[in-house]
Amino acid sequence: MKHFLQFVALGFCATTMPAAAQDYTPDAPLCIAPANPGGGWDLTCRSVARLLSEFDLTENTMQVRNMPGAGGGVAFAYTVGQQADNSDLVVAASGGTTLLLSRGELPDLEYTDVRWIGAIGADFPVIAVREDSEFDTLDSLLERLREDPRSVVLGGGSAVGGTDHIRPLQLARAGGVEDVANLRYISFEAGTAVTELLGGRSHVFTAGISEIAGQFEAGAVRILAVMAPERLDGAYSEIPTARELGYDVVAPNWRGFYAPAGMSDAAYDYWTNALLTIEASDEWAQVRQQNGLAPLRMVGEEFNTYVTEEVEVFREFSRELGLME
Amino acid sequence: MLALLGSGFEYVFRPENLLLVFLGCFIGTMIGMLPGLGGSNAVAILLPLVFAVQLEPAAALILFAGIYYGSEYGNSISAILLNIPGTSGAVATTFDGYPMARNGKAGAALAMSAVASFTGGTISVVGLMLLAPQLAKWALHFGPAEYFVLIIFALTMVAALTQGDLVKGLIAGILGLMVSTVGLDPAGTSARFTFGSMKLYDGIDFVVVMIGLFAVGEVLLALERSRARVELVEFVTKARISFAEIRGAMGTMVRSSVLGFGIGALPGAGATIASFLGYTLEKSISKDRDSFGKGNIRGVAAPESANNSAANGAFVPLLTLGVPGSATTAVVLVALVGLNVTPGPLLIQNHPDVFWGLIASMYVGNLMLLALNLPLVGLFVRMLMIPQWCLMPAVIVISFIAIYAINNSAFDLLLISGIGVVGYLMRKFGFPIAPAVLGLVLGHLMEVNLRQALALSDGDWGILFASPITAVLWVLVALGLMAPLFPHLRRKLRAGRG
Repeated sequence: MKHFLQFVALGFCATTMPAAAQDYTPDAPLCIAPANPGGGWDLTCRSVARLLSEFDLTENTMQVRNMPGAGGGVAFAYTVGQQADNSDLVVAASGGTTLLLSRGELPDLEYTDVRWIGAIGADFPVIAVREDSEFDTLDSLLERLREDPRSVVLGGGSAVGGTDHIRPLQLARAGGVEDVANLRYISFEAGTAVTELLGGRSHVFTAGISEIAGQFEAGAVRILAVMAPERLDGAYSEIPTARELGYDVVAPNWRGFYAPAGMSDAAYDYWTNALLTIEASDEWAQVRQQNGLAPLRMVGEEFNTYVTEEVEVFREFSRELGLME
Repeated sequence: MLALLGSGFEYVFRPENLLLVFLGCFIGTMIGMLPGLGGSNAVAILLPLVFAVQLEPAAALILFAGIYYGSEYGNSISAILLNIPGTSGAVATTFDGYPMARNGKAGAALAMSAVASFTGGTISVVGLMLLAPQLAKWALHFGPAEYFVLIIFALTMVAALTQGDLVKGLIAGILGLMVSTVGLDPAGTSARFTFGSMKLYDGIDFVVVMIGLFAVGEVLLALERSRARVELVEFVTKARISFAEIRGAMGTMVRSSVLGFGIGALPGAGATIASFLGYTLEKSISKDRDSFGKGNIRGVAAPESANNSAANGAFVPLLTLGVPGSATTAVVLVALVGLNVTPGPLLIQNHPDVFWGLIASMYVGNLMLLALNLPLVGLFVRMLMIPQWCLMPAVIVISFIAIYAINNSAFDLLLISGIGVVGYLMRKFGFPIAPAVLGLVLGHLMEVNLRQALALSDGDWGILFASPITAVLWVLVALGLMAPLFPHLRRKLRAGRG
């Protein structure tokens, strides 16, 4: 399936098929950013809106509406409540969105209440330690986690049970740690996960690589593994992936979109094709780099499958952490 | 270093960059004046524009920094004239600024605020230039336990801030703490006091509470006063400040600037704590303590120096660690990454143009702001000549627009209306407003840091007393608690001897 989609994407670019050839073109395209201006979701919406116009994929420029609240829950509830035939609307989302939905915290709302369109970029979580840490390799860290799980403090930016918490637990599980709920994770507010690591109060940093880029460049931290499918580019190319170290955990903090459940198939095809065109462009590569994101392409059915799997993983670990029944 | 600074000035003195400094300062002052809107809003709105025109990183930083410290100048204007702080960093400015305005010394208060902001801005730039890397290392010693005790210290200042009735001050403070618990808890696992509504899931934004209590509450009170004709002419008569007054406040400004810079350099502490502590420090070491809160000019100088100095201090963690120290620097961080500059330990080395351009622009910007603000004092003061029936509805309209602009939420408008009534009642019955705001701002931080500290120690409360920094802070807490007793003790001792 993946190869097929790549093929479609390449074909699409090579012929630069004009938007007019589509069965469907949105009249009044709207992107909802479920956060305030300036955040990741806002930039995702605005960048895609700009590129849709640049590539002549829309006749009318896509509008961006900020709808912050409940970590994306307000926008999700709004989308589910939309008239079934609203095919012009897409909503920016990320792993935080599926986490929220997997937990069942939004009353009567399920991840299946919308159509998942695609993800076109990701920040990959890392396992990083201070440069003078006793842990040289991922193996030595995992060994310690097996033998003395309470002696290591993991620190990330997201809440308890959030992505920065669950990702390292997935890795620990792959590394033979049975009782992952016994591991210590501390939820620091954005940014302070880095200072707590440097200050020596937490031992392992578990958030996305973009947050620790400056410290990595300066040699203040070592990155033991990145949870990406393959090695990242440039300065990051020396960092091993968890997979090549023998622990098969690939866990993108993806950026993508969903749409109302009643979106027509023609409209769904339009949006997936539009995302594939944008993803393959140099302009998008630049946007990704501006947001500290690595390449990722999961669009259409493949993405739908991935979201289902991700929700399952989040549910499994949330149950083990005692955060849901 | 001088050569580097020289090249920074060379960069800033290019016409297009001077224009950016001016624009930043001007936008910042205007945004800061408006209740509810602060530097972070303006920076976020300008962000896509900066990407679109591909501004150089140094130029973008100059613009954003100008907006940031400019807003700390502007936020005092409405605080002094109307008793409505533009941002939470100016709440402490209302304590003496507004009484001064009511005593017909609005001009002097505004001029003092401009001079104090200038002093704070300038001293902190020198600090940023000379001490940034060292300060960043010092800030790393501040963990959750240290922050927690620092916040306890700030909260004990509720007592010192309270004019008159201590019990009412404490009640107001606790009200603020209670409101801070609404919403998803800091560990993100359970929703509290949301009554099943998604609207309260993120808690109540402190800007909403601040505008409700101050702006809406003040307007409601003004409705009541509207019959009584206020002696408007007198307000405008004394628009000048004397050099003697500035010289008298020099010590205050220097102390508050140093304090503000140190606190601003701690990620997360920020201008609000800095201005409250600056004010309290001055009040507690002053000989005529009783005149504070009734229009003492040093009560304006202290918070204004401290909040400007803290604004610049917040650039220390941003530029040396890549960690934002405030809401505004968080957006600036996004901008820098987008413009291909990775904030972190190597920034000063790899992008000297960015760092030194910023430093030079801050010197220039502060001069500009002083030059911009002093002549405008006369104009701003005239705002008081606008009849109340015209001014107060304008305040309401601006407040509602600003609040709606922040979260696009109509629910927030209902909230500020309700909170405004609470603010009116609090004033009516003599409850001070400031402790409620302080409690709300600090309550969240306090909870977050206590949880983190206990998680780090695996539940051992000893962590709150373990480090030298916490020890020093606890001593300060004890002194703060006993401070109100000192005059009594002195009197008793004297009486005993006599």
